[in-house]
This record gives sequence, structure tokens and C-alpha cells, in this order.
Amino acid sequence: MTSDTHQIPNYMAIFWWLLGLTIGEIGWAIIPHHSELVLAAGIVGLAIIKAVLVALYFMHLKFERRTMGILFASTLILGAILVSVGIGELVLPRPGYPRGVVHGQTAE
Amino acid sequence: MEHAEAITFDPHAEEDRTTTGIPHDKMGMWVFLCSEVMFFTGLIGSYLVLRYGSVWPKPMETLNIWLTAANTFILICSSVTMVKALEWIQRGNIAKAKLFMCLTLLGGSIFLSVQVYEYRHLLHEGFNPRVSLFGSTFYTMTGFHGFHVFCGVVCIAFCTGKLFLGKYTQEHHLGIETLGLYWHFVDLVWILLFAIVYLI
Repeated sequence: MTSDTHQIPNYMAIFWWLLGLTIGEIGWAIIPHHSELVLAAGIVGLAIIKAVLVALYFMHLKFERRTMGILFASTLILGAILVSVGIGELVLPRPGYPRGVVHGQTAE
Repeated sequence: MEHAEAITFDPHAEEDRTTTGIPHDKMGMWVFLCSEVMFFTGLIGSYLVLRYGSVWPKPMETLNIWLTAANTFILICSSVTMVKALEWIQRGNIAKAKLFMCLTLLGGSIFLSVQVYEYRHLLHEGFNPRVSLFGSTFYTMTGFHGFHVFCGVVCIAFCTGKLFLGKYTQEHHLGIETLGLYWHFVDLVWILLFAIVYLI
């Protein structure tokens, strides 16, 4: 026994999607943007779509039991909380420190 | 009176053991990957806090985006060849499974070689982990990922050897399936690292 039988997805279609999204990412990165937030949001958004495609189709998460999805999703939620707390340090004002500056860190 | 019992060892029996409906090996890999998610989340989260908490150089001015984009393409290709190897062994075509495992091994090796070349080039230009916060975070994140790729390449070489020795069959190939999960995860992490470290 190895795995549950499921319909084999069209891996080449996923590959072309991944390639297209990678080209899109690079294109988005090299064109000038007025806001760094727009640049970051576009690139991270495309990267997340690519990561989800890999997880769902190459790692077969789409065809696995629900237990796997819950297990994996729980760590993603914990990870999101971890990153959110870190970002919150930057966004939320702290007494004694100017907003958005990690103390002790200087410009390159 | 002595009772002579025939002790037989079935190497495939381990694959069938499950208490959750999912083979233990596969479940173990998923649990390991969940811990890896937390590991890389910690690294990426720290990077983002440092990145947006201070003045940061533009990565494109220091790093060779085109070389790394080509390397990303190679890693994505190796992920496709890995999943195709699994598909062919599930269909019973061992010859094609061998071919795709070898291609996966080649892809992983090329990725590592390019990363070593990139490191050498950057170090030669004076961009080292001590030069700046960007330098230290860059080498930490890509270095840990590179180590994961190295471990993956070693395991792929091991499994490819077993495949050539006839240890995997259409019915019993859990090792390749489990290794594939790890390899795709490494690819998934690189997709995020490439976007966050190189492009933003």
C-alpha cells in the first residue's frame, strides 16, 4: 500500500502555470512601481499562488485525506500568527522607539 | 521440546502499517514538513521584520536575478520530473521512472552547482555575511535552503540506486512517494524565498 488511488492531474499544465507565474513575477519586479507595497503585494501574491499549486497538485494535498489538510493548515495558521506578531512590532507604535525602526539597526 | 518458528522479514510490510489510514512513513514525513514550515516561517518572518524595519538595499542591485530565475526554473523542472517519476512507477513503467528519477537528480545537482557559483561570485565581489544585515540574512536563508536541497539530492541518489536495484515496484514505492513530498516542499520554499529575498 502506498497511497489512495486518485485521478492523476495534468502535471505539465501545472508546470506551464508555474513557469508563466514565474515570468509574471520577474516582469512585475522589473517594471517601475510608485509604491513598494504594490511591488511586494504583487510578487508575494504570485508566489503564494505558485506555492499553493505545488502543494495541491505536486504534493497531492488536494487528493489526500482531510487529516493532512488540517495538519498542514494548522502549521500555516501558526506561521501566519508568528509573522503577524513580527510585522505588528513594526506597525504598532511602541513607547520610546520611533515607528518602523528596529532599534540598533542602521542604514546600509 | 523446541519450537522452530520460521522468521520471515518482509521489507514491504512496514509500508502497510497504519493506524490513521495513512502509512506511518508518509505521516512522519508530513509531520516533519510541518515542523519545517515553522522553521522557514521563523526565518522568513525575521527577514520581513528586519527588511521593513530598517533601510534596505535593493536586492536587484546586488544579486543576479536572471541567474537565480534560471535556477528557479531548473528546480521547478526537477519537481515536475519527480512527480512524473512517481506517476510512471504507479503505472508500472519502471524504465521511465528511472529516467525521471535521474533527471530529478540532475536538476537538483545543477541547482546546487549554480548556487555554489553564485556564492563564489558574490563573495568575490565582497558581499559576505558580515558586510551587512542583508548579507547575513541572505546567506542564512539561502544557505539553509541549499542544505535542504543537498540532503534531498543525497536522498534522491539513494532512492534512484534502490530503484535501479529493483527495490521499488508498482505496488511498493512508498519511499519515492515520501521523498517526493520532501522535494516538492523544498521547491515550494524556494518559490517563496526567490520572491521575498530576490525580487522585493
